[in-house]
Amino acid sequence: MPALPLDEAGKYVAGAYGVFVALILVYVSIMAARLQRIEREVQNLTELAERKLKGPR
Amino acid sequence: MLLTTAIALVFFYAPNDADQGFVQKIFYVHVPLAIVALIGFVAAGVMGVMHLRTRDDRWDQRSYVAIHMGVIFGVGVLATGAIWARASWGKWWVWDEPTLVSFLIVFLLYVTYYPLRYSIEDPQRRARYASVFAITAGAFVPINFIAVRLAESLVHPRVLNQTAGDMPGEMRLTFLVALAGMALLYIALVKLELTSKHARYELRRLRRLLEEEDRPSGAAAQPIATVPAKPN
Repeated sequence: MPALPLDEAGKYVAGAYGVFVALILVYVSIMAARLQRIEREVQNLTELAERKLKGPR
Repeated sequence: MLLTTAIALVFFYAPNDADQGFVQKIFYVHVPLAIVALIGFVAAGVMGVMHLRTRDDRWDQRSYVAIHMGVIFGVGVLATGAIWARASWGKWWVWDEPTLVSFLIVFLLYVTYYPLRYSIEDPQRRARYASVFAITAGAFVPINFIAVRLAESLVHPRVLNQTAGDMPGEMRLTFLVALAGMALLYIALVKLELTSKHARYELRRLRRLLEEEDRPSGAAAQPIATVPAKPN
């Protein structure tokens, strides 16, 4: 096949790089959501530990 | 930073391919993704060997994360490859091309890793079986690569041949920078995933310990072994 003209090839190149960026963004978003869950869990555990320290011994 | 440099080199330094023109720029994302994914699969096999040798669960974790990230990169390879194929050959997929079909087989093989891993409840057995899978599949990757090299290619170009794919200097430099950037991205994501898994495991362990303290003395004497197995 002959080389595509720049305007048409540009769409494919943008699509390929867009897929790559989207893939990384989706993964990073999932990791960010996980990190938020971990942060909440740390808060809960800190509160639990504080209650234990303040409670009757 | 290396990836940003690579993208700058792709669009402002590397010349357009004489045959394919501008669309060949996809090469700089498609091929590094494929190489890093395949090396990741082989590395997962090596980590599987380390797990079976040492029985250290951390190697199983590393092997799992290496495969997981390889599969994600594999999705990128298939998607960018399909786009490039459509632009170059006029088709999204060519079934009689050994390079494409062999990569799809490798990808689907690793997709079966997840059901295998999650179908086994006993953590020790799961880690053992997963390691055996990682080793077997990891050995299959280079064999498959060699087989494809020996086969006659119809349309897919060969990149890592003895003449370095006949790439001019600018293209080769851009490709190597892109490859290094992709490898560093892979390593960074693997580390991120491992750290996240380790943090969740430690938090779960801490919660168990705190909750056990609350229980009456008879029930509190539960062994640490009741802490859930390391996360998948």
